[in-house]
Amino acid sequence: MSNPKVVRILFVLLSIGASLLVTSVLVMVVGQSPLDVLDRIWQGAFRNSESTAGVFNFWIPLALCSMGLILTFTAGLWNIGAEGQVLAGAIAASWAARTFVLPNEIQIPLELLFAVAGGALWGLLIGILKTRFGVNEIFGGVGLNAIISVYSIYLIAGPWQPPEGGSAQSTQPFPDHALLHPMNETFPVSLIALILTAVAIVAVYLLLRGTRWGLQLKATGKNAKSALLLGVPTTRATLTALMAGGVLAGLAGAYRVLFTYDSLRPNVSGGIGYLGLLLVLLTGMSAIWTPIVAFIFAAILSGSTRLRVSLGLDSSLAGVLQGILVLSMLLFNGVRQRWEERRKSKTVTPSAVESQPTPSNAKAASGE
Amino acid sequence: MNRKLLLYCMTLGIMLLLAVAPLAAQDEFVFGVVLVGPESDHGWSQAHFEAGQYVEANLPGSRMVFFPSLNPADAPETTLHDVVQNMVDEGARVILTTSDAFEEDTATVAEAFPDIIFINVSGDDVLTGEAPPNVGNLMGQIEWMKLVAGCAAGLTTETGSIGYLGPLINGETRRLAASAYLGARYCYGLKGGNPEDLTFTVTWIGFWFNIPGVTLDPTEETNTFFDSGADVVISGIDTPEVIQIAAQRAASGEAVFAVPYDYKDACAQGPEVCLGVPYFNWGPDYLRLLQTVQDGSWAPSWDWQGPDWSDINNPDTSAVGFLAGDAIGDNGELLNQFIADLAGYATNPFVPDSFALWSGPLSLQDGTELAPQGALVDVLDVWYLPQLLAGMVGASA
Repeated sequence: MSNPKVVRILFVLLSIGASLLVTSVLVMVVGQSPLDVLDRIWQGAFRNSESTAGVFNFWIPLALCSMGLILTFTAGLWNIGAEGQVLAGAIAASWAARTFVLPNEIQIPLELLFAVAGGALWGLLIGILKTRFGVNEIFGGVGLNAIISVYSIYLIAGPWQPPEGGSAQSTQPFPDHALLHPMNETFPVSLIALILTAVAIVAVYLLLRGTRWGLQLKATGKNAKSALLLGVPTTRATLTALMAGGVLAGLAGAYRVLFTYDSLRPNVSGGIGYLGLLLVLLTGMSAIWTPIVAFIFAAILSGSTRLRVSLGLDSSLAGVLQGILVLSMLLFNGVRQRWEERRKSKTVTPSAVESQPTPSNAKAASGE
Repeated sequence: MNRKLLLYCMTLGIMLLLAVAPLAAQDEFVFGVVLVGPESDHGWSQAHFEAGQYVEANLPGSRMVFFPSLNPADAPETTLHDVVQNMVDEGARVILTTSDAFEEDTATVAEAFPDIIFINVSGDDVLTGEAPPNVGNLMGQIEWMKLVAGCAAGLTTETGSIGYLGPLINGETRRLAASAYLGARYCYGLKGGNPEDLTFTVTWIGFWFNIPGVTLDPTEETNTFFDSGADVVISGIDTPEVIQIAAQRAASGEAVFAVPYDYKDACAQGPEVCLGVPYFNWGPDYLRLLQTVQDGSWAPSWDWQGPDWSDINNPDTSAVGFLAGDAIGDNGELLNQFIADLAGYATNPFVPDSFALWSGPLSLQDGTELAPQGALVDVLDVWYLPQLLAGMVGASA
């Protein structure tokens, strides 16, 4: 019981249980059976390999984007611009998909390279605005999100519209040689993307664990001024963190256009950047927990498709479940932190309090 | 101990299940409806949802399964393929994909589900021959009702200036705006005005509905129309901002009017300013198509359905309709006469298949001739209208 990891797992399970309980009550209020609802969500997500593939297909971009956000959060940056970086990656990949005519095995890496560059560039812009012009990354991010969103719709409704005249809903589907291919019929998920996601998860974990750069990000995130005085290149840390976040967000965007939709669509990022932000906050920037919780979210959302189709329940129910899950996780996170602090003050073993990139924590860190 | 009893019960249970399951399956005819917006949007998607309910009420044993708001913003976790898979698992044999946003995906998904029949609303894949053999297309000839909408505006305007709030620019939206323009011109003339003096301005907001920061704001654009001298604004977008703004301004004493779009009960948002609403009534065509699926006689077709001219508002027969609003007032008689004239034109066996008022001399905005004096515009040239018509103010592309 004293193992903090076990405690942590317990608290996550507790919060999931609590959210299910609250949702059950809500479901009963609207006159449905909660067991039925849960069963449908479960069936929707995992009834066969194809539906499980559906979960993975949402998990891949969500996990990629979230792993990138761990980097920026570690550097103390609220990278709300992740959503725009997903779009920037999607647009860059789409451009490459529309422009080059190469064999699939050459074209795909090229498109991914463009996506990575697009995401990184859009992240870098936020960094430059922040470090050069003193624009807070939240405002810079929101602004750049809006710009890239307008730009994508301009492309879809204008220069990239299908030859027969567009409805501004989608570009022409990209040719087959430009698309990521499913590994097989029964489990339609892109193997390349799956591997890249796994690599990203491990890489972020290792980067933060055992590299100088990871340390620099942490130092910058905890207290940028002190870090600077101690010789940490904080500007560089800020810029590189945003670029690295953009790289992963860009990959997520590429997956959306090269696999999920086979074309560029308005809002193709679908709020994945914002959802990732929430996830990373929930898990306290844990590189291990983030992909796991991302998977739970992907399963609930993906499974809810069945819920809507077969029970005709209001489409917002999945959103409600998700919202309650977030709230109860935050709640239990708070309870756990208090509980741990108490235990610590009892045993009097000074150890680093887990940091969150919030002003209060930054202050607490500087006070130490 | 009780193993025998248990075994007995289980066998009985399984036998019962086996006996009942096919019965249930035989009794039920499940159809899927995929919506691009919410089922209660007071517009395009609600009209489709209610058509599904109409089928449930009129086709014994039928049951609708539906999925609302399928678009990357509202349902980023799912795709048309996933939704169709879920519907098929629920027993659906035919699926209506009710937006041209689904046109490309419908073709792709239909190939993955060759035993399921798909009806894509407003696409032209069957017409162009690109559609797989299990896909059909359906659209209503709302052009007629846009002529009526334009007429209502032309009869009503005192300032001689009419605004048209369009969504985004494509063949469909151009031909609908142009139809409203032709109706407005004609009826402005009926009231003694000179059609050449009529100002008809189209503003495109950029999408089917308002997306803050992305599209122009429909509220603001409607106000701009009224501020710059228009006294009637016709809506071409999916949401009801035009009638709401008109109602607000009328409440403060202005003589302004609105023509909403898409949904039968749209006038309820501001009856005192509503000249009437051109709307879709998908129910009868849903029913007709699903019956053919049920009895096995379905074949792919590109259906562009006109109104029932004997009663354009007959809920059981007319694919499109126009419900006059309270604000049409004394002009109601002229408007009814206009509708009767359209009916006479459309049902005249000596008139070739064409839309009334779509006859020469007509030019496109850049001066290209669309039809010389006395010639009729082919209906397919209307479908694929490449520009707005000369005389309209606004962007063509």
